[in-house]
Amino acid sequence: MAGRFKPITMAAVVFFLVAAVAPLFVPSWATLFALILAKSIVVLGIILLLQAGQVSFGHAMFFVTGAYSAAFWGKYVGGGDIVLYLVLGAVSSTVFGLIVGLFVVRYREIFFGMLNLAFSMVLWSLLEKMFHYTNGADGIRVARPGLLGLAFTPETFQYVILYVSLLIAIAAFFGVQRYLDSPLGHMLRAIKSNETRLEYLGTSARRVLLVGYVISAFLGGIGGTLVAIIQQIATPEFGYWTKSGEFVFIAILGGGAHAFGAFAGAAMFEVVRFYAAAQLANAWQLILGVVLIVIILYAPNGLIGLRQRDNRSKEGGH
Amino acid sequence: MNSTLATLAVLDGISYAALVFLVSVGLSLIFGVLRVVNVAHGSFYAFGAYLAATFSLAVAPLSPWLTYPALVAASIVIGVVCGGLIERFLLRPLYGRDDVLQLLITFAAFMIMDNLQRLIWGVQPIFANEPLKLLPNISVFGVNYTSYQVLLLPCVALLTLIGLRYFLRRTLAGAVIMAVTEDREAATAIGIDAKRVYFVTFIIGASFAALGGALALPTTSLVPGMGADMIVLSFAVAATAGLGQIEGTAVTALMIGLARAFIIYTQPEFEVLVPYLLMVLVLLVRPFGLFGATQLRKI
Amino acid sequence: MANVLLSAKGIKIRFGGVIAADGIDLDVHEGENLAIIGPNGAGKTTFLNISTGYLRPQAGSVSFLGRDITAQLPRTITKLGIARAFQIPQLFLDQTVMENMLIAAASLRGHPSGLKALSSLPERPEMERLLDLVGVKEYAERKARELPEGQRKLIDIALALALKPKLLLMDEPTSGVASSEKFGIMDILITALAKEKVTSVFVEHDMDMVERYASRVAVWSMGKIQKVGTPAEVLADPKVREHVIGI
Repeated sequence: MAGRFKPITMAAVVFFLVAAVAPLFVPSWATLFALILAKSIVVLGIILLLQAGQVSFGHAMFFVTGAYSAAFWGKYVGGGDIVLYLVLGAVSSTVFGLIVGLFVVRYREIFFGMLNLAFSMVLWSLLEKMFHYTNGADGIRVARPGLLGLAFTPETFQYVILYVSLLIAIAAFFGVQRYLDSPLGHMLRAIKSNETRLEYLGTSARRVLLVGYVISAFLGGIGGTLVAIIQQIATPEFGYWTKSGEFVFIAILGGGAHAFGAFAGAAMFEVVRFYAAAQLANAWQLILGVVLIVIILYAPNGLIGLRQRDNRSKEGGH
Repeated sequence: MNSTLATLAVLDGISYAALVFLVSVGLSLIFGVLRVVNVAHGSFYAFGAYLAATFSLAVAPLSPWLTYPALVAASIVIGVVCGGLIERFLLRPLYGRDDVLQLLITFAAFMIMDNLQRLIWGVQPIFANEPLKLLPNISVFGVNYTSYQVLLLPCVALLTLIGLRYFLRRTLAGAVIMAVTEDREAATAIGIDAKRVYFVTFIIGASFAALGGALALPTTSLVPGMGADMIVLSFAVAATAGLGQIEGTAVTALMIGLARAFIIYTQPEFEVLVPYLLMVLVLLVRPFGLFGATQLRKI
Repeated sequence: MANVLLSAKGIKIRFGGVIAADGIDLDVHEGENLAIIGPNGAGKTTFLNISTGYLRPQAGSVSFLGRDITAQLPRTITKLGIARAFQIPQLFLDQTVMENMLIAAASLRGHPSGLKALSSLPERPEMERLLDLVGVKEYAERKARELPEGQRKLIDIALALALKPKLLLMDEPTSGVASSEKFGIMDILITALAKEKVTSVFVEHDMDMVERYASRVAVWSMGKIQKVGTPAEVLADPKVREHVIGI
């Protein structure tokens, strides 16, 4: 099967090259690509969980955790650096992921999805209601940070954050690929097809899922920190359940079977939004819904699956 | 908290629980039979409310009493049209495929309906409280309250509960639905048309959600986002009760309704937290809900 | 007498009105191949489910090598050395046969890595050997989903063998396998079990198989053990012949 994935890895390399070079010619693309890459990192986490057949409708809680770690630091401590923000976002979301994960990995399918949703809604309402600390729905501005002590003009900064995002995205892409090829990654996929057998092999499915969940929370936190830096703000809306839904949407759009699906989906999503959302603001969500339906009914493997439609799903369930 | 406030909270809680029950029981029924969690369920609630407003405003000039049948008509229209279309064209092609896909396609339906709602009815709040004004206020332990909320809504909820129980346990159509729920293959083998059962059940469930919305219309103003809030809340209620547990849903709706009402009078800013916290706590202790039971897979 | 490996005492369980185990006492001795026979619904699979922790008995206890394993989790019991092959094959259908086997190998090894490739595990040749043993080596790179039921049954057994168990519990190991191949596969399997000193318990409907491969037979009937003995003794018993074999 390794041969089958090679063209996709090639596509990923081409995509990364475009993301690195194209914005040099069209400056407005710098922020666009940075956003695409940051969201892809979050969606990689969703794809990890999809391998185990689990959909989290609350993953934005890690995204918002990453975003607010940067925002809180800026508000209460002051100063700040991209690297510091990323470390803070990564640590806080990983720890939070471990705590939530210890609970949610005991559940599957809709219970898993709903518990994640519930946890995320608790966090969202805390951010929204604890006005005194969080500015409520207005959110907290994230001042433009430096990088390793260097300060930048806004024009330079958009490139700095683009390349930081790109580096992290590349690392995340290859890291996730490697993880999915490893025994732990294969065990994660085994949870989807036959958890009973996995237990009967002597492996704790919960532990396997917990590792996947924490990695996915980590990726969500990193992505959230990057988006907060790019958009220079963190709001509770980053953690609302529709945001979680958006990440799931992107994963399905791109194709949940391969890590590159995250990038294909996020690129499609953000590019369409970048160019079309202004004209179609009133019907934006409607269009997304129709696209999602078409993908689910006619191309369940997403954009990257369009080339090779496998018919395994036709054989029926488990 | 004094006794007047406590009484108010209880009455608020009961009337709210009645509405939440109607929506949640529809969700639970659909899950029990189709094994699908319908994310568009909150949209049925919102559409029921908005269409009821349109109907009510149209008939109110003729006679305010006509608004009552208008509420019921709106919920049936939404249940049959929206529910029917979604089951027939979105869910049916996916039976037997990955469960995740069924969940996601109802999510897509939610996105579309949420957007359509803004396009059709706009984003300005809509009020239509004729039905509420028609019925007199009553006094409960010295507290003045509308009988619409404190009598009519709980009665509808109770009738729904009893009716649903009777329908499922005592009628042939109910027996057919129960048979499909318990063992689809066996039911199909004895000649039951499972597809039709799914179709009808989905419409019934959707109608309950729409009815919840229509009945909520006189008590609240309609705003965008009401559907999204209700999906999450009804999920929380149905999951806390145990998906597919009809009586359990009633008890849980009451629990959550009361808890929410008391929080509103004491710590209003944490109102939205109540259902989620309760759900998290219950599921941590009882993974299949308060009234749900585990099922072992045959190996 | 050989050591007692698995010992069940006074196992009881009922599902609603059905009594699936009603005071089961059974010792499995090291080195034997014990066949469990009995009519459908007699509680044979239930016994395997209880012995491996999938079900918790309402009364009674199970011990393995003197250690109480009643109500332990399947994975804990697996780690102690009991492997199971299933009546309905339990495979990872979306993965290749070799990946299935390597997941088993990684499970046995413990502390699975998240970085090294599964395909580079050193157990690979050994897994190939096991697939060869049950006769499905040629399908190693095929997805489990693409294979017919009979092949899946054999892979299911190979997965259990990959765990290097002390005791192997098999639920109708050759049902679904073409009858022309049954004996060939069982010949190889029983020889391999003997060579690797694996004790086995297998549920079986085919009396020819029982006669040929079992060293001892236990007859199940309505949640109870009706008779235990050598195949010759058991198959000669008129009551067993009437109720179980149906002659």
